[in-house]
Parts: sequence; structure tokens; C-alpha cells
Amino acid sequence: MSAPSQAAGAAPVRRFAGRSKRVLPGFGLSLGISLFFVSLVLLLPLTGLVMETAGMTWDQFWFTVTDPRVVESYKVTLWTALAASLFNGAFGLLLAWVLVRYDFPGKRLVDAVVDLPFALPTAVAGITLATLFATNGWYGQMLEKIGVEVAFTPLGIVVAMAFTSIPFVVRTVQPVLEELSPADEEAAVSLGASDLRVFRKVIFPSLWPAVVTGIALSFTRSLGEFGAIIFIAGNTPYVSEVTSLMIFVRLQEYDYAAASAIASLMLLVSLCLLFAIHLWQGRYLRRLEGR
Amino acid sequence: MAAKHHRVGDQPWVRRILVGLALSITVILLVIPLVVIFYQALSAGWSTFTSNVLDEYTLHAIGLTLFVALLTVPLNLVFGTALAWSVTRFRFPGRKLLTTLIDIPFAVSPVVAGLLYLLLYGRNGWVGSWLGQYDIQLMFSWPGIVMVTVFVTSPFVARELIPLMQQQGSEEEEAGVVLGASGWRVFRKITLPNIKWALIYGVILTNARAMGEFGAVSVVSGNIRGQTNTLPLHVELLYQDYNIVGAFAAASLLAGIAILTLIAKAFVEWRQSRPEQPAPERGGV
Repeated sequence: MSAPSQAAGAAPVRRFAGRSKRVLPGFGLSLGISLFFVSLVLLLPLTGLVMETAGMTWDQFWFTVTDPRVVESYKVTLWTALAASLFNGAFGLLLAWVLVRYDFPGKRLVDAVVDLPFALPTAVAGITLATLFATNGWYGQMLEKIGVEVAFTPLGIVVAMAFTSIPFVVRTVQPVLEELSPADEEAAVSLGASDLRVFRKVIFPSLWPAVVTGIALSFTRSLGEFGAIIFIAGNTPYVSEVTSLMIFVRLQEYDYAAASAIASLMLLVSLCLLFAIHLWQGRYLRRLEGR
Repeated sequence: MAAKHHRVGDQPWVRRILVGLALSITVILLVIPLVVIFYQALSAGWSTFTSNVLDEYTLHAIGLTLFVALLTVPLNLVFGTALAWSVTRFRFPGRKLLTTLIDIPFAVSPVVAGLLYLLLYGRNGWVGSWLGQYDIQLMFSWPGIVMVTVFVTSPFVARELIPLMQQQGSEEEEAGVVLGASGWRVFRKITLPNIKWALIYGVILTNARAMGEFGAVSVVSGNIRGQTNTLPLHVELLYQDYNIVGAFAAASLLAGIAILTLIAKAFVEWRQSRPEQPAPERGGV
């Protein structure tokens, strides 16, 4: 904002105080801001959950998290998230392939609209999908004729989860596919191998780590999804209740302890997935660079 | 180019099937839902649409949503830039851990995020009860909404900047420092022009999510109409009141922001992919 400072002041002292590598200034300031923010915004709130959960006895905790209705919500959440992320694995791979390999009218539009689920608020996605798949909605009417019910069933949860996590696989696979060198592929094709075989033996081996990363990200996101789901799921206990909704229900009953117990379990799973994905990406990236 | 090589999936029929399939699913899953939002919003005519948008509670929700975004975006802009600078320009123990930690909001369910804040700052939380002695209530009012929104949107700017700044390296900045420029000057004159577009995109994403966050805000807001109702919460409220047209009118505003976000993204990518401009082009924008 102000005029460029002419006097460097204390900067030179700090600039050369560190190791020779640390030529650039701002280490203390930038790391200070980062650590302060991470501690205050991301880590401090965890203490509230730890304290609330620590206030319960083990039996109470176990009783809460193994309540049959809650257990049923784990099952529903897990299988719907798995189905949605596997669908996105296939659809994402297809989209990434088509966007990288082919030219067709409307390609830029498709590329742009892929990110819609990240840009569109989940509540908006939720009411839109619920309206489309309702028995009098555009999709619901068509599906009813072939006897498929989506709205107010677990299938609706899959649709909502799949929608909100569409971009993950596309965006992780796209760059890898772009970087792929055509040499091996062309050699294999010119030696007479069938396309399917070349895809399986030459292309897919370099692609699958990115596909797995995308599916894992999509799965993690789906496990925690709330806004898009609650409108279309019907939220019938034991049938179409996801775990994040379960936490919300307990909160509305002012049962903070139960909400915390379920949330702590969910948080643990999310954090494990997050660290696993980061470790996996780290290993995979090193392997790529090491070539 | 040498002789035309045959690559996997080059045959016209394979190509046609794959493109056709991808296009159909994209239209069914992405395009039509987007169209439906506006179709429903306008299904009772323009005048109903405008009166829905200009409804007292809707206007209040719009105001609150803008206010929350206005507070959230600058905070996360500073944090994201500082974080990207520290992890890409320096090596220190715990650097990898720090880059993992900032992804926590992406992994955690929004409901859990809201709950974390409720437990800490709510009346029974150890910070909340202490603040309560001074009659400060953060939860079920706008500060709580801002706090969870900051949490939920904190990774976006950093996530956009880190890969770019890693790839660009720090040679230019080091040269600037060696030549005697102050740190702030190096950042403004060298770093900022290089990361400008990624930064803008990070801000756009932060803003979109800040305006659209539902789960976390819904836990800490208390949903008081005309007081703590943000636009996404207002959409839910109208929808549950069976005011479908009204709900979609409010939703169409958020969808409009989403479309602007997508356009901005396409524009930013286009700017980034353009080859380096020679120096003379200075005055623009």
C-alpha cells in the first residue's frame, strides 16, 4: 500500500543470519502467521471435542457409537460413499481421457462445467437433485417407468455424493494423462498390440495411482457430505440416514456428548484418510520424479 | 511432424462412442441440474422471481452472506499467502506436516467442523464459558458463522499457490534480494506478478465456498430468520416451507455466483496458459 521502502532496516541482519540457503526474508513472519492460524483455527477447536468426549466413560462412549441406528448410518454412509466414488472413478477417467485426447465442439464448456459441483453450494445441489429425482421431477418420472426409485432412498444418497465429488478424479487424472509420453504407446500400437491391450499394459500402469488418489479424495469428501444429501435422502432412520446427519440429529436433541462421540469417530476416520492420501501422494510423486 | 502415428482410441468409432458417452453423462449430471435451478426460479414468472429475491428475509440473508464473505476472504488471503511463502521458499522440519494439516478442512465433514466450534466456543466450552462471563456470545450469531466459514475455506488460497510457487522456484526473488531490494519490495515486484492469477483464483474459490457453505454454518447459526440466516440456510428454510419457487429463486443467486466462478476459472487458466508476454505490456488491468 505505502511507498516502496528504501531503508531495509533490520532486514539484512536477519537475511544473512540463517543458513546460506535462507537468502529470502520473511521466514519468521510467514511461518509465524501460518502457525498461529493453523493452531487457532484448525487445531484449537479439536480440544473442545477431546474434552467433551473425555468427559464420557468408556461404556457411555461405546454405547453411543454402537447404537443400532448409528451403526446402520455407518453402513449406509460407507457403501454409498464407496459406490459414488467408484462411479466417479469410471466417469472421471472417461472425462479426463476425452478432454485430453480428443477435440470436439463444446470441449471448453465441458471442461469448465466439470468444476460446477465445487462452485455450487451443496444446499443448492441438494434441492436441485431432489427436485429432478422426485417422482414428479424430470428424471424421477422417467426412472419410475423402469421401476427405479432414487429420491428418498439410499440411491439418492449415492447420486448426491457422486454429484458433489465429480471433479476429484477428473482433475487428478487430467494432468497425468497430459504428461504421458506417446512413445511407448505408439511403439506398442505399431508392433500390432490391440488398443485395449496397450491401454491395460502401457497406459493404465502410469494412470492408476492418479485414479486411486482421485477415488480416495472423492470417498473422503462423500463420507462427510451433508448439504447435498439431506434433501434427497428422505432421512429415514435405519434406511437412509448418513452419519453426518446422525451427528446433526443428536445436536438437535441437545445431546452434545453423543454428537461428540460419533463425530470423534468420524473425525478419526477422515484424518486417517487424509494422512494416508498425503503419504500415498508423496510416495507416488517421488516415484514419478525419480524416473 | 513425422509420419502420423496411431495412438490408442484414435479410431473414429471409439472416439465417437467415448465422446458421446462423456457428453451425455455431463449433460445429465451437470448441465440439466444447472438449467433446472433457473427454470424453477422463473417457473412462476419474472414478477414472482423479483418479489422473491426482494423479499425482506432474502435481502437480509444476501446481506449477511456478503458480510461473512467480506470478512472471511481477506483473512484467508493473508493466511494462504503466508503459508505458501513459508512452505515453498524455506525448508524446515515439519514442513510436510504443515501442508497436510491445512487440508484438514477438506477432509472433515462440515457438520463435524461446526460441532468443533460449537463445543469450544459454545456456552459449555472452555473458551465459550470464559467468554460468557464477559457476556460475549459467539455461537448462534454472526461471529460464529464467520469463524466456521474461515475454517472451512482456509485451504483454498494456499492450495492454489503452493504447486505454482514450488514450480516457479525462488531464483528470481533471491536475485532481487541479492541486488538489495527489501523483502516487501521483492514480494510486490517479483512474486506477486508471478502468482497473481493463481491468487485471484484462490480468492474466487474462497469466496464461492464462503457464500455457499451450508453444513458447518447450519450447526452454529441457530437459523434465526432475518438475523443469522445466510443465503444457503435461507434456501433450506424456504424449501422446507414448501415454497419451492422461492427456494429456487434464492438458489439461483447462488448458482449465478457459481457460474461466475467457473467463468473466472476459465479466464484465469487462459491467462496462465498464454506464453510469457514481453515486458512492454505493463499498463493492463
